[in-house]
Amino acid sequence: MALNPEFAGRVYPPSAPYLVGREKIREFADAIGDRNPAYHHVDAARALGHADLVAPPTFAIVMATRASSAVIHDPELGLDYSRVVHGEQGFAYVRPILAGDELIVTTTIESIRTMAGNDMITTRGDIATLEGEPVATATSLIVSRAPEDTA
Amino acid sequence: MTARIRWADVEVGTELPAQSFPVQRVDLVKYAGASGDFNVIHWNERIATSVGLPNVIAHGMFTMAEAVRVVTDWAVDPGAVVAYRVRFTRPVVVPDDDQGAMIEVSAKVTAKNDDGTVVVTITASSEGSTVLGKALATVRLAQ
Repeated sequence: MALNPEFAGRVYPPSAPYLVGREKIREFADAIGDRNPAYHHVDAARALGHADLVAPPTFAIVMATRASSAVIHDPELGLDYSRVVHGEQGFAYVRPILAGDELIVTTTIESIRTMAGNDMITTRGDIATLEGEPVATATSLIVSRAPEDTA
Repeated sequence: MTARIRWADVEVGTELPAQSFPVQRVDLVKYAGASGDFNVIHWNERIATSVGLPNVIAHGMFTMAEAVRVVTDWAVDPGAVVAYRVRFTRPVVVPDDDQGAMIEVSAKVTAKNDDGTVVVTITASSEGSTVLGKALATVRLAQ
């Protein structure tokens, strides 16, 4: 099923604020088995020059996915979620995400295209503080695989 | 906010210490809870195989998180990673046994930028197959 190309370029309203908690950073780091002290011990993070615990480089996916889920599940977009795979992921940081940050995500549909029957949608989540200071960008390529009979 | 490794001490071709990361089913359950990604193909073998997968597969984001540990362990300060992107080429298949799967990660510096950053190209494989493509991390090093 083809995606609605009119969604390309669409910008969604900012997400509800996401408060980055120390225990959430520790939980995420534990889940990936990473004992880097900057994720667990405030003193270690401060010794590196950070105000509080540092979030791992892929932590931003938690808030980016929460913000973009309403977008990719929008029935008018026409994405068949049962056939979806994650094609590419990127993060770019103005500064690291730290415990105590209160962040909002603004999701944009960067592009929609179809290649060999596969629907491909690229979303960009711009992550900023409540005051509007840009912090990071998360870019995701989601692919909805073509049904076998049309591939 | 920068790594302890000095930019001047790194050359194109510098290899980072390689690491292997084991992954078992319980790790995927923990990652699902921590990340909020409860897609059933990451914990339910019945549904994973019904959609044509060989078995339960790791979250791509789990593999991405493991692979960059080679970079953050090298840099010491994880906040030194200013950009990181990957292409998910093949899934990491995680069998329901006592071993699980292994993600083998190596990395080397492939570019030095004038702004004090370096580009690290990461290679990640499991069961002999490359699982990430075009995996690049940009790291700000000490001056």
